[in-house]
Amino acid sequence: MIPSAVPPKFKVEIDREKCMLCGRCVEECSWGVYRKERDRIVIYSNRCGACQRCVVMCPRDAITVIENTTCWRSHPLWTIEVREDIINQSKTGRVLLSATGNAKEYPIYFDHIVLDACQVTNPPIDPLREPMELRTYIGKKPKKLEFEFVEEEVEGKKIKRAKLKTKIAPNLKLETPIMIAHMSYGALSLNAHLAMAKAVKECGTYMGSGEGGLHRALYPYADHIITQVASGRFGVDVDYLNIGAAIEIKIGQGAKPGIGGHLPGEKVTAEVSMTRMIPEGTDAISPAPHHDIYSIEDLAQLVRSLKEATRWKKPVFVKIAAVHNVAAIANGIATSDADAVVIDGFRGGTGAAPKVFRDHVGIPIEIAIAAVDERLREEGVRNEISIIASGGIRSSADVFKAIALGADAVYIGTAVLIALGCRVCGRCYTGQCAWGIATQKPELVNRLDVEEGARRVANLIKAWTLELKELLGAAGINAIESLRGNRDRLRGVGLNEVELKALGIKHAGF
Amino acid sequence: MEKEEVVVIDAKDMDYRELNEKIREILDKNPSIKKIILKNVLGQRYIGNGIRKRDLTIEIYGVPGGDLGMFMSGPTIIVYGNTEHAPGNTMDDGKIIIHGSGGDVTGHSMRGGKIFVRDDVGYRSGIHMKEYRDKFPVLVIGGRAKDFLGEYMAGGMILVLNIDREGKDLGKIKGRMIGTGIHGGCIYIRGKVDEFQLGVAADIKEFTEEDREKIKGYIQEFCKYFNLSDDIREKLINSEYTKIAPVSKRPFGKLYTPDLR
Repeated sequence: MIPSAVPPKFKVEIDREKCMLCGRCVEECSWGVYRKERDRIVIYSNRCGACQRCVVMCPRDAITVIENTTCWRSHPLWTIEVREDIINQSKTGRVLLSATGNAKEYPIYFDHIVLDACQVTNPPIDPLREPMELRTYIGKKPKKLEFEFVEEEVEGKKIKRAKLKTKIAPNLKLETPIMIAHMSYGALSLNAHLAMAKAVKECGTYMGSGEGGLHRALYPYADHIITQVASGRFGVDVDYLNIGAAIEIKIGQGAKPGIGGHLPGEKVTAEVSMTRMIPEGTDAISPAPHHDIYSIEDLAQLVRSLKEATRWKKPVFVKIAAVHNVAAIANGIATSDADAVVIDGFRGGTGAAPKVFRDHVGIPIEIAIAAVDERLREEGVRNEISIIASGGIRSSADVFKAIALGADAVYIGTAVLIALGCRVCGRCYTGQCAWGIATQKPELVNRLDVEEGARRVANLIKAWTLELKELLGAAGINAIESLRGNRDRLRGVGLNEVELKALGIKHAGF
Repeated sequence: MEKEEVVVIDAKDMDYRELNEKIREILDKNPSIKKIILKNVLGQRYIGNGIRKRDLTIEIYGVPGGDLGMFMSGPTIIVYGNTEHAPGNTMDDGKIIIHGSGGDVTGHSMRGGKIFVRDDVGYRSGIHMKEYRDKFPVLVIGGRAKDFLGEYMAGGMILVLNIDREGKDLGKIKGRMIGTGIHGGCIYIRGKVDEFQLGVAADIKEFTEEDREKIKGYIQEFCKYFNLSDDIREKLINSEYTKIAPVSKRPFGKLYTPDLR
């Protein structure tokens, strides 16, 4: 036998002085780290993923989780991670599964871009005193407006009244350019979905349903939900298409471009099965491609089919992963009657993705936004389609930079989960989430208070919105419209010429 | 004035949006209408898309375009001609009867209802059909199917009768990769199918008298729609079939290893 155990990643310590043996940690830890044995709490550190549930819930603050210090002989090439993965795979012969976004140390361009502010000339604006327009419309904008003049008699006087002749395509009205990304019911708990739905309704923005249908409990919030149609077509029927505010076709996801998804049978509970409209306990398989889409023309056919099903009243988005030729693909999408293209960068989160995809496939969102915006402008179709950016947006500064690079709005996912309690322990695919977010186990789901969760998420969106206004004001801009694609307000710091060219920005000092 | 029960639309040179909007307008104005006849149809897509009316029949003369009856939930569509790809795409309920052949991905992601194709269907037909409770999609193919029949199938039934228009046997089927990734539902093919013709996750199971009872009704329905004789009907009912079903409902259950200890 070859022993295949590796040292635990984390070490859990209980301050025995402080511990009163209440057993709260045993109750709270869904991973089985703790066991109470007579007058002692026994610890299994190897099961710990540092989700901090026990640390936060311990009434005596007696628990500390630290990185395990067991040393591996250091090697620059054969990192601990590489060695661990090889041990794991040589034992199982299977694909490594992972969660959250790309965990490799690629450059984070957002952190190498700085913003502009007004000094002396062109004075800054104080958003607390002056109106600041963050309202964003997602959808097609007409190239020009045509009016006709109708003569009318008002109080004996003949006047000419202007009437809009141009037909305006349906647009989604956002009070802030921040939306919540598609994370399916199935991957997330119902309480998590409800909390997000209440928050977006309150903030005048939208959330994605994810691929998995819409639980009946979310129907009251449907006018703030974008329903998703992915390759598995789970939970898709005429009602589902017509009840949401818009429809999104999911082609790809930043965390796993080029592959589909498998919701394991264990997670297909009675409720999930009802929403997805599949039998309980079967794997819910979303194939890699949509089998009715093999070309841009086929994509256009699905876009139009969804428009037909909704009598051309709902905007249709197309979501793609940011890959090498993202600009050309987005341009194709712009010709397909789609109203928005969603670009998901390689840092986009996931509840479950093969590690090799999460860490190695796709390109950074910052560069993808710049490339797509540039290409759509060159082709003269930028007004035909809105750009929604997602994948690793962590703060209002990231939102601001994404919009200045060319996006109309952003989707945030992981940030919202953190607001709900997530500590990014990266084990969503196990269905054991101790915070009640990425699980279907009723006893865990009940831990997430819907009202409080909604308040937290709404707080986050409102705080970022306020910061966006402040940043805009400082830049002397009073409408988000004027920031879109305004790359002159950005400068690179510590980037080389090629990177600056890809981002379409100047280096600081120029 | 008594509202008309049947309306005829001449679709010659008509754009698909115009045609489909016309159909919806007719339904809006006259909810009790029973039949809409479309003449000179040539490639117009999405006919019947998302229509819910259960007692409506749409007769199509010509060749409708892709996504015929997509998201449809209730009506019956009868096509006197062939269809383009994906008739019955993500269909919810109702019937599509094709007096000809269906294109690729016939019955794509079908969730319920029935499709009867007199002749053949293209590649990947019945892909990702799925069932849930009383929703049980059925695809009956008179002739033959191209490769990847019932790929990723998650529920419902596909029945291949393997006969020509006169009801004569076509011989052993040639399709390969049948039921690749199948994890629910069942495929019945008249005649012998070899193991090498199956895809990953599919398995040949014993065809029992219980299975015969299950398919009998659909064979009778097929023969009725396409005017096949009693003899042919009896021959089809009493033939030998190969039953193809999933090895497991968790085909990918053993694919991943968690990044955990």
